[in-house]
Amino acid sequence: MPSDAEAIAEQVFAALADPSRRAILAELASAGPATATDLAARLPITRQAIAKHLALLAEAGLVTAEPGERRRVRYRLHSAPMQVAQQFLAALVRDWDGPLWALQKHLDGPARGPGTIPSHET
Amino acid sequence: MVFPDRIERTIELAHPPGQVWAALTTAEGLGTWFGNEATIDLRPGGLARMSWAGGPTVEMRVERMEEPTVFGFTWPIYGLPDDDPRRTYVEFTLEPVGAGTRLTVVESGFAQLPDDAYGKAYDGNTEGWARELSELVDYLDAV
Repeated sequence: MPSDAEAIAEQVFAALADPSRRAILAELASAGPATATDLAARLPITRQAIAKHLALLAEAGLVTAEPGERRRVRYRLHSAPMQVAQQFLAALVRDWDGPLWALQKHLDGPARGPGTIPSHET
Repeated sequence: MVFPDRIERTIELAHPPGQVWAALTTAEGLGTWFGNEATIDLRPGGLARMSWAGGPTVEMRVERMEEPTVFGFTWPIYGLPDDDPRRTYVEFTLEPVGAGTRLTVVESGFAQLPDDAYGKAYDGNTEGWARELSELVDYLDAV
């Protein structure tokens, strides 16, 4: 299991780079834990490919396996690595240039304009 | 791949540090150039709140205050859940240059890890939901 933020984030982004894995993660996020068979029934991906992707996702710590009904393995989304990756995105999204420009304008003149949101925009 | 832990910007302002300090540390200043509305309790540990029209409200905690040279605060990391304890630290440094001010802003802490990235806080959360749901099932079964 990766131990530093960068390694964790790298695995998240590598996982998300593949459309099938994005579809699997999105399905687990929206509909909750599922078996490989469940996922194969709901997604346009073969069961074999799903099993392969789930193994990779589990290795990256993005899903956890747990015992399900009829001795089938169920997979559950594990969000901790996403939250680490999200910190990096937060750094890239943060905009200080806009607010500093607004500060300069504010000091230069009486014109009052609304400030820009540093990165908390929705 | 290298991700930034810190962001740094420096600008030269034509105004003296006292005036820049006021823009950075008063509700009137912050609510004009930064947010649309602000409140601030200007002392270490004091809380400041900034909001944007039609947007979010952000709560900051004043960490350093050395008038008129250093102003530092922490605030939440964008995108993380509200109860996440991680925050970034923002520090403004004001340096007189001639009649003006060199203003540096450094925001750091983006690359910090949670205490245990795979630990109890998150597992506790998912387990919590699983438990609530199974309790609901038990409850419904019993009715």
